[in-house]
Amino acid sequence: MSYLEYNVKATPSGLRKVLYMNWPLTLLLISTACVGFLMLYSVAGGSFSPWAEPQMKRFVLGLAVMGVVAMVPIWFWRNMAVVAYGLSILLLVAVEFVGATGMGAQRWIDLGFMRLQPSELMKITLVMLLAAYYDWLPAPRTSRPFWVLVPVVMILFPTFLVLRQPDLGTAILLMTAGGGLMFLAGVHWVYFAAVIAAGVGLVSAVFQSRGTDWQLLKNYQYRRIDTFLDPSSDPLGAGYHITQSKIALGSGGWSGRGFMQGTQSRLNFLPEKHTDFIFTTLAEEFGFIGGMSLLILYALILVFCLSTALATRDRFSALVTLGISINFFLYFAVNMSMVMGLAPVVGVPLPMVSYGGSAMLVLLAAFGIVHSAHIHRPR
Amino acid sequence: MRRNPRELEHTHKVFSRRALLVGGIQAAMVGGLAMRMRYMQVEQADQFRLLAEENRINLRLIPPTRGEIFDREGRILGRNIPSYRIVLVPEDAGDVDKVVADLGQLVMLDPEELERARTEMRRSPPFLPITLADQVTWEDISRVAVNAPALPGVTPEVGLTRVYPRHEDLAHVVGYVGPVSDYDLSQLEDPEPVLRIPRFQIGKVGLEAKQEDLLRGKAGSKRVEVNASGRVMRELDRREGEPGADLQLTIDADLQEYVQARLGGESAAAVVLDCATGDLRAISSSPSFDPNLFVRGISVADYRALTEDKYRPLANKTVQGVYPPGSTFKMVTAMAALEEGLIGPDDTVYCPGYLEVSSRRFHCWKRGGHGHVDLQNSLKQSCDVYYYDLALKVGIDKISAMANRFGLGVRHDLPMSAVAAGLAPDRAWKKRVHDQEWLVGDTANAAIGQGFMLASPMQLAVMTARIATGREVAPRLVKSVNGVETPSGAGEPLGMNENNLRQLRRAMYAVSNDRRGTAYGSRIIDDAFRMAGKTGTSQVRNITAAERAAGVIRNEDLPWERRDHALFVSFAPYENPRYAVSVVIEHGGGGSSAAAPVARDVMLQALYGGKPPLDAYPKKDRGRIQALQERLEREQRPRARPDEKDRA
Repeated sequence: MSYLEYNVKATPSGLRKVLYMNWPLTLLLISTACVGFLMLYSVAGGSFSPWAEPQMKRFVLGLAVMGVVAMVPIWFWRNMAVVAYGLSILLLVAVEFVGATGMGAQRWIDLGFMRLQPSELMKITLVMLLAAYYDWLPAPRTSRPFWVLVPVVMILFPTFLVLRQPDLGTAILLMTAGGGLMFLAGVHWVYFAAVIAAGVGLVSAVFQSRGTDWQLLKNYQYRRIDTFLDPSSDPLGAGYHITQSKIALGSGGWSGRGFMQGTQSRLNFLPEKHTDFIFTTLAEEFGFIGGMSLLILYALILVFCLSTALATRDRFSALVTLGISINFFLYFAVNMSMVMGLAPVVGVPLPMVSYGGSAMLVLLAAFGIVHSAHIHRPR
Repeated sequence: MRRNPRELEHTHKVFSRRALLVGGIQAAMVGGLAMRMRYMQVEQADQFRLLAEENRINLRLIPPTRGEIFDREGRILGRNIPSYRIVLVPEDAGDVDKVVADLGQLVMLDPEELERARTEMRRSPPFLPITLADQVTWEDISRVAVNAPALPGVTPEVGLTRVYPRHEDLAHVVGYVGPVSDYDLSQLEDPEPVLRIPRFQIGKVGLEAKQEDLLRGKAGSKRVEVNASGRVMRELDRREGEPGADLQLTIDADLQEYVQARLGGESAAAVVLDCATGDLRAISSSPSFDPNLFVRGISVADYRALTEDKYRPLANKTVQGVYPPGSTFKMVTAMAALEEGLIGPDDTVYCPGYLEVSSRRFHCWKRGGHGHVDLQNSLKQSCDVYYYDLALKVGIDKISAMANRFGLGVRHDLPMSAVAAGLAPDRAWKKRVHDQEWLVGDTANAAIGQGFMLASPMQLAVMTARIATGREVAPRLVKSVNGVETPSGAGEPLGMNENNLRQLRRAMYAVSNDRRGTAYGSRIIDDAFRMAGKTGTSQVRNITAAERAAGVIRNEDLPWERRDHALFVSFAPYENPRYAVSVVIEHGGGGSSAAAPVARDVMLQALYGGKPPLDAYPKKDRGRIQALQERLEREQRPRARPDEKDRA
């Protein structure tokens, strides 16, 4: 269904749009962000600086951005998809040349007031482009080989650029989110079976190549995999993070050790406690109850996204909403698996909670599109 | 572009189906995460809590204060004094090099120690203190304290270290402590963790080593909370340890000091034993060394000087050195024969100057012989033939058994290093060790304390005390532990015929009081303190028949190592024995000329509890004695001075 078919008069206009926003979703986002403020306050030893206060400011800014994005009709964002994707690609290329290096990878461009990670932007713009593509593509062609190849190229090109940084975590997230969108768009399941088979082959190739001239990953990435497979093999080296993280999480018990009483985070046994490992602090201080609460908040966000996607008759709206929800899901699922020792340490933040500006801004802007889809759905 | 509504309907159905499938997958994964969280936080929570506590809590040991050592009068022999060291916390210092340079202007810094400190600094986290100088004087510490504002990160620290205020006097008795070495740890089956504290001191030699368990005490501990880099955040609780027990010795430090001085530079040993209690009043080995040198680690040059000295200052000759007892053994031979009833005190033996034993001549020291001698005359003049005769009659096994009863050839339980058992041989021993039959000649040699016979000066003192009292006196070194008296060494009666013992004592009395006695020159003329004794001169070489024919070479003409050992054992007062004294002077020549005067002086010093009056000495000796006393006082005074400083 094209925007030309919209009954434009039926969609709310002006300030009335605000009433038609997906308010439960907004409240859930504010709640998760508040969990983040609380934990950032705690890991700073009971202080708003250096993390909680900037995070709050950015969140307010992010909410404003979300509101603005929500007010703009969804068809505008569909039309902007190609531009946004192209811009992201340009930034990814730019980061190759002017990017700052952090933790052995080129990941961000310093804009002065914030650090922009083009790969964060890429996750959303890729979803937008794919959604727009399948909105445009006539349904019968969806599973034709050529029309399958086109989105595969759209996915693999930025993936390749991200891998060069190198950022394996984001690359895998991009591919998974892109693949998920293609699946939702109705591409025949045989392709996915083939890709999964190929993936298994690739994984074995990655392991086979280790130590040879054509080694596919960097040594530190192999070490992370080793550590993931057996953290106790190197408890003071690479396995240290994951071991300490599991200790912190497990020692939280049913109801936690109390706010600001987590010894593992307070005594610095936890690495990166304000960013990637912030969930550990939450689980240590508020226990199973605290951890489950956040998990339920996240799950509810997914539910509201799903309901928005199922309620709309607009194909772009439905696809982009679920694409963003898949991205969001991947963020927290990978992060939590990581700190619980179920996945290798790949450097994925906990959405809305981890300290970090660009990830949260991009995420809130993306939820703005979800709101827009909700407000401007055909009635 | 308009789309076919049926097609639209189809795509929407496909989308809804797949969206729900994706939602289902997400729900399953969220469920998986929840399960995992439950497993870790509910089922395994206790294990993880334990691990978190292990991370957080660190057990630190508080070293115990070592027990101190006193003499019988409460004078300090070994104690702990504050030892100052200068430590630097690199984190607080900022510019470490500048601070160290500034510090170098104030106090002497050992470049070697500095180098070690720098290496340590590179390895350890910046908040851990590094020792820059150890055993710093109070003056240096005050200088550093005054200039503290100019020396960021530098702090003076106080620990405890051991000092021995009596220096050389009790080196062999008290021994010394030193830093725990890997060797020390390897000797222990399950070393206490406190031993691994850097710079912790452990007893190495002597009483310090033998009574280590008593002196060390029990370490306390404190639990501290540390962060990931090991910095102590706060103390959670502490359990105080137990200080080591204070030991009071039976030694009289002033008497010991006198004896040490009296032995002079000779390679010698002297023991003063309290006959009533077995208390070791003085137990001196000469030459000695300063144990304080060892506490911090002795320099190579000093150590080599000690090990290469032919007088062996490191050896404790009183218990570790064993010597042929020579004629001092004759009381044992006599007592064996008397107790068997083979002779009476008045029975005589004819001494022609030698005794033919299985076609070999055993000579008396007096070529012309002593003629007819009874017990008293034979002991007084130390006639050898009399004892050859007795020994052949009574047999070696009886003599050996008698020696054991008098405390020879048995190990006395003393907390000193390398206490030797000596040797009182019998037939079985020779068969076992040398796989040879016992020969009659061996018995003759044993009769006069030569041949296989070996005894330490301490054993000779015990033997003398047992003869003097008729009781099984046992030596005792530790008088009390933490104020609790240890059992006395008075012992049970030996069960020997009291008349025989009395005859033996009378014979010993004659040795140093009869004009013809071998120790008459070293008699005590104070009637209250008459001394009984026995000289001994033990050969360390065989005198060949050819040499005997040509005339035995005089001791003074022999190189030091080949001269005879001089021995003397004595007890006094004769009527009511209080002290037994034994003196052994290695290669000192004759017992009566070298050992007896020393023993007499030591005995008088012990009996008077200080400098004896000159009229206790024979008249003709008084001038010489006075000169000796004055010389010894001069020598003792400078050694006393460092003690005064330590006390201040």
